[in-house]
Amino acid sequence: MELLDFARGPALAFAGAVFVFGTLWRLTAVLLLPRLRDLSPARADARAPWQSALRTVFVRMWPRKEFLPMTAFATANSYVFHLGLAILVFGLAPHILFIRGFSGLAWPSLPSNLVFAVGVVTLVSLLAALARRLTHPVLRLISHGGDYLSWLLTALPVATGLLATGHLGARYETLLAVHLLSVAAFLIWFPFGKLMHAVLFAFSRGATGIRFGHRGVSV
Amino acid sequence: MTATKLLGDLLRERGVSRRAFLKYASYVTSLMALPPSAAAAMADGLAKAHRQAVIWLSFQECTGCTESLTRSFSPTLEELIFDFISLDYHETLQAASGEAAEAARHASMRENKGKYIVVVDGSVPTADGGVYSVIAGRTNLDVLAETVADAAAVIAVGTCASFGGLPAAKPNPTGAVPVSELVRGKPLINIPGCPPMPQAMAGTIAQILAFGKLPELDALNRPRAFFGETIHDRCYRRPFYERGMFAKSFDDRGARDGWCLYELGCKGPVTYNACASLKWNGGVSFPIQSGHGCIGCSEPRFWDRGGLYRPLSAGTTDAGRVIAIAAAAGVALGAGSAALARRRSAATRALDETRTKQE
Repeated sequence: MELLDFARGPALAFAGAVFVFGTLWRLTAVLLLPRLRDLSPARADARAPWQSALRTVFVRMWPRKEFLPMTAFATANSYVFHLGLAILVFGLAPHILFIRGFSGLAWPSLPSNLVFAVGVVTLVSLLAALARRLTHPVLRLISHGGDYLSWLLTALPVATGLLATGHLGARYETLLAVHLLSVAAFLIWFPFGKLMHAVLFAFSRGATGIRFGHRGVSV
Repeated sequence: MTATKLLGDLLRERGVSRRAFLKYASYVTSLMALPPSAAAAMADGLAKAHRQAVIWLSFQECTGCTESLTRSFSPTLEELIFDFISLDYHETLQAASGEAAEAARHASMRENKGKYIVVVDGSVPTADGGVYSVIAGRTNLDVLAETVADAAAVIAVGTCASFGGLPAAKPNPTGAVPVSELVRGKPLINIPGCPPMPQAMAGTIAQILAFGKLPELDALNRPRAFFGETIHDRCYRRPFYERGMFAKSFDDRGARDGWCLYELGCKGPVTYNACASLKWNGGVSFPIQSGHGCIGCSEPRFWDRGGLYRPLSAGTTDAGRVIAIAAAAGVALGAGSAALARRRSAATRALDETRTKQE
């Protein structure tokens, strides 16, 4: 139980502090960067910048028809594990209690068995994503250690959470401690790797949308 | 004092029938998760055993452990254990007092040297030479060391004796420690709980008497028969946990309808004890059945683990201040690096403009 005490106490507190520090550091630095001035006048039919930005954020959630055959698997699989992760994080009662513990926010939970099933699907989907990364020649070429670490630190909380929920492999308190420590590792790495896309994707898409909209590119 | 007669003869003299004796042996065998065939062996072993000399030391405690064993309900099978043992010293139960009581302890130690069992309830204060708890002018430290020296085995009864208990809660002003930190080189069994289950105390002693060896223990020296499963494993509210149906307060409809108490801080998933299967007061109920979550009283440091009513999955550290400092530092560093980038950008632009003018 000592490991569980460490995980619930100092480990989560430290990880939370690093997560907040790193995320705000990167976000503030990106948002306050000097903007490239576009000296050309906007096209006559250009949407307002905020409209272009918002539209691009949502339009790019699905590939264009031309690319769909090539990216169908990656798109579908990404949806599966992203939605799965969202259900896992925000649907399981213990997770909601964890969030309530530091934010005071709470909402109704989903049945634990349902979330467990979603966890299994999510883990399989994550494994499929890794298999594709390892077997696709271009993806493998452009992948580096940080990408694999991001995958590992995403998959570990899912795997250890399943083991803890199913009471499989070790005593529950050990599994819960390992699960919490894996979450702590995820939080610590989050701001410094590509996991940060969870925060930055909206801003990067928005910036692209503003630029394209200004030039009259269809988005 | 310890009788020389066999237990079987003694019980017959007291009017305990063979049937009642076999029933007790079967009961204890079942409690200890031994195979059914062991019941006859236990009955045989108990009948041929001599009354076991037991010296019960009470240190920093509340007498709840003794109450648990003696007042569970009446008549009780657990109480039969008092027919099996010769309780030579127990401050609460013995008739003698003062110097006569201490003399009884010394006499038992002398007559049963190397054979008696020491039961301890309560933690032992060690700060300032152990002056925070004394018996007959002697510290608990002294009494324990003296009594344990020639004991066959030591049984720490209750969470205070097993793990320090409430006296060891922060800031632990008396320097309370569990028995395991002071006793070396002796077989030691911990039977924690606040209080411990009477079946666990009686069953453990009966097994030692019948088979002459310690029961199987877990990593914390607890008998696996009673501490092998979590409260959560055997909880009748468990199906509601699986369905995600949680009581929101102690008196809401969900709590009354048997919904899981996880959100109210129940520590059942990480607490190893037999409350949910054996229950209390003759199998009538246990805390969760009465509407209160398990507080994890049979686990080390349950009193210092972030609050009895804090859900198990929530962090235990109030990190609000640390997070706020981290947030401020992150924003400051981000703003600083952006300002540096702006300055570099402005310098580059100025250099470009100068070059353009020169050209």
